Amino acid sequence: MGLFDKLKGALQKTKDVLRTDVRDLFKAGVILDEGRLEEFQKGLISTDMGVTAATEIVDELRTQFLGRTVQPDDVWNLVRERLKAILRGAGDINWDVRNPLSPLKLAESGPTVILVCGVNGVGKTTSIAKLAHFLQKSGKKVVLAAGDTFRAAAVEQLTMWSRRLGCEIVTKPSGSDPASVAFEGCDRAVTTGADVAIIDTAGRLQTHQNLMQELGKIHRVIGKRIPGAPHESLLVLDATTGQNGLSQASKFSEAAGCTGLVLAKLDGTAKGGIVVAIRQQMGIPVKYVGVGEQIDDLELFSPDAFVDALFSES
Amino acid sequence: MFDSITNALTGVLGSFRGRLTEGNIRDGMAKVRQALLEADVAYDVAKSFCDRVTEQAIGEKVLQSLKPEQQIVGIVYQELINLMGPVDHSIEVRRGETTVLMMCGLQGSGKTTTCGKLARLLKSEGAKPLLVAADLQRPAAIEQLKVIGEQIGVPVYAEDPARSNPVQVCTNGRKEAGKLGCNIVILDTAGRLHVDDALMQELQQIDNKLMPHQCLLVCDAMTGQDAVRSAKAFNDALELDGVILTKLDGDTRGGAALSVKAVTGVPIKFVGLGEQLDRLEAFHPDRMAQRILGQGDVATLLETAQRVLDQEEMARQQEAMLAGKFTLDDFLRSMEQITKMGPMKSLMKMIPGMGAISEALDKAGDVDPDKDVRKIRAMIQSMTLDERQNPDKIDRSRRTRIARGCGVDPSDVHDLQKQFKQMGGMMQKMAGLSVTDKMRAVQQLQSEMMNPAGPGIQREKQRSKRGPEDRDKFRDKKRQARKQAKDQRKKNRRR
Repeated sequence: MGLFDKLKGALQKTKDVLRTDVRDLFKAGVILDEGRLEEFQKGLISTDMGVTAATEIVDELRTQFLGRTVQPDDVWNLVRERLKAILRGAGDINWDVRNPLSPLKLAESGPTVILVCGVNGVGKTTSIAKLAHFLQKSGKKVVLAAGDTFRAAAVEQLTMWSRRLGCEIVTKPSGSDPASVAFEGCDRAVTTGADVAIIDTAGRLQTHQNLMQELGKIHRVIGKRIPGAPHESLLVLDATTGQNGLSQASKFSEAAGCTGLVLAKLDGTAKGGIVVAIRQQMGIPVKYVGVGEQIDDLELFSPDAFVDALFSES
Repeated sequence: MFDSITNALTGVLGSFRGRLTEGNIRDGMAKVRQALLEADVAYDVAKSFCDRVTEQAIGEKVLQSLKPEQQIVGIVYQELINLMGPVDHSIEVRRGETTVLMMCGLQGSGKTTTCGKLARLLKSEGAKPLLVAADLQRPAAIEQLKVIGEQIGVPVYAEDPARSNPVQVCTNGRKEAGKLGCNIVILDTAGRLHVDDALMQELQQIDNKLMPHQCLLVCDAMTGQDAVRSAKAFNDALELDGVILTKLDGDTRGGAALSVKAVTGVPIKFVGLGEQLDRLEAFHPDRMAQRILGQGDVATLLETAQRVLDQEEMARQQEAMLAGKFTLDDFLRSMEQITKMGPMKSLMKMIPGMGAISEALDKAGDVDPDKDVRKIRAMIQSMTLDERQNPDKIDRSRRTRIARGCGVDPSDVHDLQKQFKQMGGMMQKMAGLSVTDKMRAVQQLQSEMMNPAGPGIQREKQRSKRGPEDRDKFRDKKRQARKQAKDQRKKNRRR
């Protein structure tokens, strides 16, 4: 199954939500009226993309097409272009699909450090395992650091993954300072000559000041061991997250300087439309998407493919 | 939580002051709808909520009543309760047989942690729970449950995931409960997507085989519009008995809470408010509605106070206050008691009318009540015992010493002295007043502080179980009785 197909399969359900209601709305020859626009807005909002983005698109439709007969292709093209524009952002980001590591800023020399954070239960540890697998496939040597020393059995979870992947892991007993685990992880990466160190952190709600400060400390400590690190600070986001995702993005950016998002659990009915709102308001791009529970279910995020999969025919 | 709904509602309701017309009610409700949508309330729920409120609000009765804006607040309050309630917190424990509770939900919603919290709660109520690790999917899920079980002293039943399946684990778990003499079995099932047919069928198999007495859905409060869809799917598959909302301690706007009940009709039983295993609380729609409307939540505040405050110490302090011998030492101790209840800001939000003030503090920027508390504590701790007993003794030289000891400006110490003196006077005055006068004084203080919704929002008087219609009927009845009595008096006089 090709990359595009997989994404399309994962997004099938959203498409259904959008299309089944909406296909009838925009049949050729029907006159576009307020009622239809409101129905369409409802469809957009139910993807979690946020009221602002949805209203923007609907407003655009209103000025261009209100009171006219509908040409479905024109309407769809407009919606598609607007969404793509938002997701690409100012920098016109579109990752190179053939090079799966293109979104990551790799260190010029020495190990690249990737810090992974997020709220509780979004799938940080699983995403790390997938990412490690991804990197190993492209011939990189990976070291994991089990920085979640708080939750029961979190270290065991990552250790199991490392055994399956056959990569090195740095652990400390539960309850120890996560920053020290991170430090040691970087240390190990340097001494063993690994290419990438991935640092796991405990899940934390963005409103807990002390925990966010702890994250800031981890970030600083990593930078002390390897200047310029962490090269990537990825925030893992659950695709089912609603508008709270915005607050997560802004608070985690404050503490750990997020450089990108990993959108996990995209295989449900939720479509993670929140990334549209985050890209629009915060400018943080999505780098990878998780589309299943298997180890190789991690895909490069491409705005074009995402939007096309969202609206594609058949 | 719920801040944005609160802000929008108080803003809109505040703007209703003055003349009310159908037009401005409709405009206001459009804003409320937008706020609800931004808080992840499902589209249909938000729409019907606003339609219902508008319909009731533009009725003749409201517009012609004396204080129409107050009436509208009342309607919104009542509708919020209708939306989220009624609830039933009971976990039925059957005598003579093992009660089976099944927990289900999406991945990462917090099932395992909630299992632990629930077991702890039931244990504290005298039940003997057994946790069954039926999550054979996620690596280390069984270990996690075992660690939690150890922390709360509840036995955990688990099997080797390689040689078992969830249905078997659950059946054996129930047998094990019989052997251990446990009367409640909590099944921690694996997280699954509601579109994963195979896994949903597995859940139904467990449901058929064990016939759990209650099926509880664990739902992440941060979920967006999808919450309704997944709750519906789980409800269709299993006939849920209740929902437990988790991660409500974040700044989530909690629209999921409003939607899930409205769409599925399944009541919200508990809410998870933190990672620690004692952070599970019963869900009260009326208190939640009060909080959403920015009316504070005195009931929860009192409950917290009762749980954490040292009653003897409080009684001793009150006595000291009455005698007018309240020293800085007492002040320090009472402050420590209060900080035990949580950060000042979250406390303030629970006091009626104070929510707006904490909001204003937020906007002002670097004003942080908790910081001030820490500063005052440092200052008092830098004083000698003698100085704490007799603050008047502190002269310039002592002040400089204290200031140096805790790293503040001498003028800060002076401010503290001045404030403490003023407070002492107020307390003595209060101590001399009767209970009703005290209440009045506090109320006056409160109304002096600005409240964006004006005096309009007030806690409704808690009358037994009478609903609003009953109340109106009751009022009419009373009015009639008064009228009759008056007529009777007139008649009597004529004779």
